[in-house]
Amino acid sequence: MALDPTAAREQILEFCKSKTKTKFYFNDFTKLFPDAGQREVKKVLTTLVNEQVMEFWSSGSTTMYGLKGAGKQHSEE
Amino acid sequence: MAKHQTPLLDQLESGPWPSFVSDIKQHAEFRHANEGKVEYQIPVDVCDDLLGALELSYVDGETHWKHGGIVGVFGYGGGVIGRYSDSPEKFPGVAHFHTIRINQPAGKYYTTKYLRQLADLWDFRGSGLMNLHGATGDLVCLGTTTPQLEEIFYTLTHDFNTDLGGSGGNLRTPADCLGQSRCEFACYDTQDLCHTLTNDYQDELHRPAFPYKFKFKFDGCPNGCVASIARSDFSVIGTWKDEIKVDQDAVKGYVKGDFKPNAGAHDNPKWGKFDIVKEVIDLCPTKCMSYDGALKINNKECTRCMHCINTMPRALHIGDERGASLFVGAKAPILDGAQMGSLLVPFVPVESPYDEIKEVIEKLWDWWMEEGKNRERIGELIKRQGFPKMLEVTGIKADARHVLEPRSNPYIFWKEEDVPGGWQRDINVYRKKHAL
Ligand code: SF4
Ligand code: SF4
Repeated sequence: MALDPTAAREQILEFCKSKTKTKFYFNDFTKLFPDAGQREVKKVLTTLVNEQVMEFWSSGSTTMYGLKGAGKQHSEE
Repeated sequence: MAKHQTPLLDQLESGPWPSFVSDIKQHAEFRHANEGKVEYQIPVDVCDDLLGALELSYVDGETHWKHGGIVGVFGYGGGVIGRYSDSPEKFPGVAHFHTIRINQPAGKYYTTKYLRQLADLWDFRGSGLMNLHGATGDLVCLGTTTPQLEEIFYTLTHDFNTDLGGSGGNLRTPADCLGQSRCEFACYDTQDLCHTLTNDYQDELHRPAFPYKFKFKFDGCPNGCVASIARSDFSVIGTWKDEIKVDQDAVKGYVKGDFKPNAGAHDNPKWGKFDIVKEVIDLCPTKCMSYDGALKINNKECTRCMHCINTMPRALHIGDERGASLFVGAKAPILDGAQMGSLLVPFVPVESPYDEIKEVIEKLWDWWMEEGKNRERIGELIKRQGFPKMLEVTGIKADARHVLEPRSNPYIFWKEEDVPGGWQRDINVYRKKHAL
């Protein structure tokens, strides 16, 4: 099933806002869209990063996604 | 005089080896002298404070770095590793000390001009300290501040025609041996494959969507100069299908002492004259060689260990039908101990555009992205779900070469589609043979 990018985007943002944690693994998002391919979900996330709505958080060994400006900005594993 | 007293670090300089402590001290002086009149963009005493912070870690027996963060360059999920001091008042020069990974060229061939430019950039916008190269293969620049990151990235990509490497849960910077550019043992063009896959998988390198890290490494032959079988999730090792080529006259030359074995690399007069039986025939791991004035090899039993070829490179040469073996799942010992790669594809031709190899890679990724737990390497997934599962997802048929040891599990789990007639049977047909 093809993913509707606009709806998926809203769903992702709502999901992030509904949680108390602020950083998410990639597969937290793929779980939201069990019928969609990983690459489709990735495309939506990449767009959100490029639009500076979301941002990457990295420990060096793993990477997570979060809403821009949410939570601690650094040095928190 | 040094900014911080560092008696514990000073001791490290007393050994017989070159010391990173001496290197950092030397660079601290170089920065203060500033003969090139560089307008430093980060504190001039970054190296002094680095030594101070390290000394404190030695005194306390624990690190004073905090790592991780939002730092990175726009749109990239990797390539920059954020690092901060937990004692910035004591060591303001290293309050931020981020690392930048730069994608090294295939085969690590640089021009001196490039390296000079890079060193100048790093003196200007960073600490000047570099590590050539990190374990993954990147050229690593150690220590800069957050505001410098985008500036450095701009210069690297626009003026130096260079990209950042990988970090985090993505494809890490692929690395290769120098292959056919200098080495007659290379069974395929490692540099072309490494460079091509680096370009083809840019999205995987810079936009993380994997459960954890994933490394490619390319060795041109089983000598394994980049140790791909031990250090990469997906390892490509050159091999050949036909026979080792033998020049019997050159073999005799080695026996007579006309040529130095190992090209003189392990020369020691105490070892006496070259003894082909002791030094080659008896050391062949599969005992598939013999010598009776002429060298004979039972190529069917040869495992391509390279020993005989390394010892007598003038006489022996890799075969002509060349390609590579693919191994999956090596990793370092964080969970469950260290693991070597498992053989998945015994032989694959290595020809541009490398579709056969890419097909295997992409099937593995689909499986791992679907089934892998967060922070689970593909090698751990293979252990958790079993090697046969990997064969299933890649569509590769089981082969005797996949077998490591006799089975210890007596059960066979059949799938319905593997059993003729499935789970249904005609009871009347059965009863004809088996009375009640
Ligand atoms: S791995 Fe083999 S081909 Fe590559 S440089 Fe080493 S010896 Fe040569
Ligand atoms: S490459 Fe190794 S296994 Fe093969 S013949 Fe030579 S020594 Fe024996």
